[in-house]
Amino acid sequence: MTLALDAPRIVQTRPLLQVQSVSKSYSDVHALRDVSAIAYPGEVLGVVGESGSGKSTLLRMMNLEETPDTGSYTLDLPDVAGNLFELDRFARRMLCATRIGIVYQNPHLGLLMKHSSSGNVAERLLVAGERSFAVLREKATTALEASEFPLERLDAPPIELSGGMQQRVQLAKAIALEPALLLLDEPTTGLDVSVQALVLDTLKRLQQDRQITMVIVSHDLGVIRTLADRVMVMRRGAVVEAGLADQIFQDPQHAYTQQLVHAKL
Amino acid sequence: MPTVLDVNGLSKGFTLHHLAKEIAAFDEISFSVAAGEFLLLKGANGAGKSTLLRTLYRSYLPQAGVIRFHSDHGPIDLARAADVDIAHLRRTEIGFVTQFLTARPRVSAEALVAEPLRLAGVATPEALDRARAALETFGVKPELWPAYPTTFSGGEQQKVNLARTLILPQKLLLLDEPTASLDANARAALVARLAELKAHGTAVIGVFHHPDDVLHLIDRVVDLTPNAIREEVRDDVAF
Repeated sequence: MTLALDAPRIVQTRPLLQVQSVSKSYSDVHALRDVSAIAYPGEVLGVVGESGSGKSTLLRMMNLEETPDTGSYTLDLPDVAGNLFELDRFARRMLCATRIGIVYQNPHLGLLMKHSSSGNVAERLLVAGERSFAVLREKATTALEASEFPLERLDAPPIELSGGMQQRVQLAKAIALEPALLLLDEPTTGLDVSVQALVLDTLKRLQQDRQITMVIVSHDLGVIRTLADRVMVMRRGAVVEAGLADQIFQDPQHAYTQQLVHAKL
Repeated sequence: MPTVLDVNGLSKGFTLHHLAKEIAAFDEISFSVAAGEFLLLKGANGAGKSTLLRTLYRSYLPQAGVIRFHSDHGPIDLARAADVDIAHLRRTEIGFVTQFLTARPRVSAEALVAEPLRLAGVATPEALDRARAALETFGVKPELWPAYPTTFSGGEQQKVNLARTLILPQKLLLLDEPTASLDANARAALVARLAELKAHGTAVIGVFHHPDDVLHLIDRVVDLTPNAIREEVRDDVAF
């Protein structure tokens, strides 16, 4: 397995994200078994696997929504130290509000559907302590613009918007505070192909222009292939294989990865 | 000239789990290439030429052997280097021209070509100017520059691909049939750019169906045909 946790020889930068040996069980179901993951600054890590493989559970842990039975999670950021799973609820909430952005597959999880779109983005800024109405409006508008949201619809509530537009509001909310880490849980599932291409293009541009580190979970190998630098393949709560995206797709080593790649291409 | 790449005892095969089968591609390959040298890989279909290129680029994982690349940061074994190091070297020192463009939805031809420059820190306006110049060199019509290459013909896509991959001089350049589907003018532009890169010190390893176009650039030949004399100097080779 090439999920190298040892120090690289050329790139001296430390990984931004390190999840180490995380396990989680719900009664007798092992959702995650000894899972480790790293992501370097500006890198896109793709996580693939069938439903129930544990990929979304892993993402929720990276967003500190869940705590594993064992394992640790660190982010290499100023003023952020130690195992993040040991933080209390308030500290977790502040860290997620200011340094981590998330886009859920289901916009209902990430948005207040009856509040205005700009209000949804402003809410994120409010949690981080911003109080000036003018600044809130300006920053929310800038984030929505970066997500290619049509500005004439700033006041429209997400419930009145299409699926693609709702994902753009989620994305604007996620990037409003310029997070170090952006987590994406099936961000294009359920969108039609042309809208999916728009969202993928926006994500790629954000990653390149702002060097945001991203972790994207998807069962759609095309999406992962378009966005990810490295890919981790999960099955039944464990990582079966990890490597550079082109290597995983062109020369998969594990029987399950071969099955997955052959089924999709 | 200093050595850029030392390949020693490199072997590659594929395990097809659903057939419970091992397929060998090549075995115990050794050769080296120096700065400014142009090495041609030859061999019948299936001899493993493209597989070797992909293994050097680490799209394929080798099973045995050493790929010692003399990077700007010092020597590194590409067969075992960390993924993050390989990704870094691909952005900065190792280029790979395949037969196919990886077009992305809703990304224009000029933006695709400018991307390697932007990632290397060139400001967007300058990167776009240089990208347009490269597209012009390879004969892509100006009206296509802002268009999305997903709908281009195979030949036009390949021109965009070449402009993108060859825009930044690299230390090591891998070429997998880059002239396939190119018209005569684009072939001439490619050969001129390769000569320029070679003179600049780029080490080139290439597979060509019809190497006649690049005959004058080739320094040495490595024959992957099983039991062939592996390495020959350019003068002894009949194509």
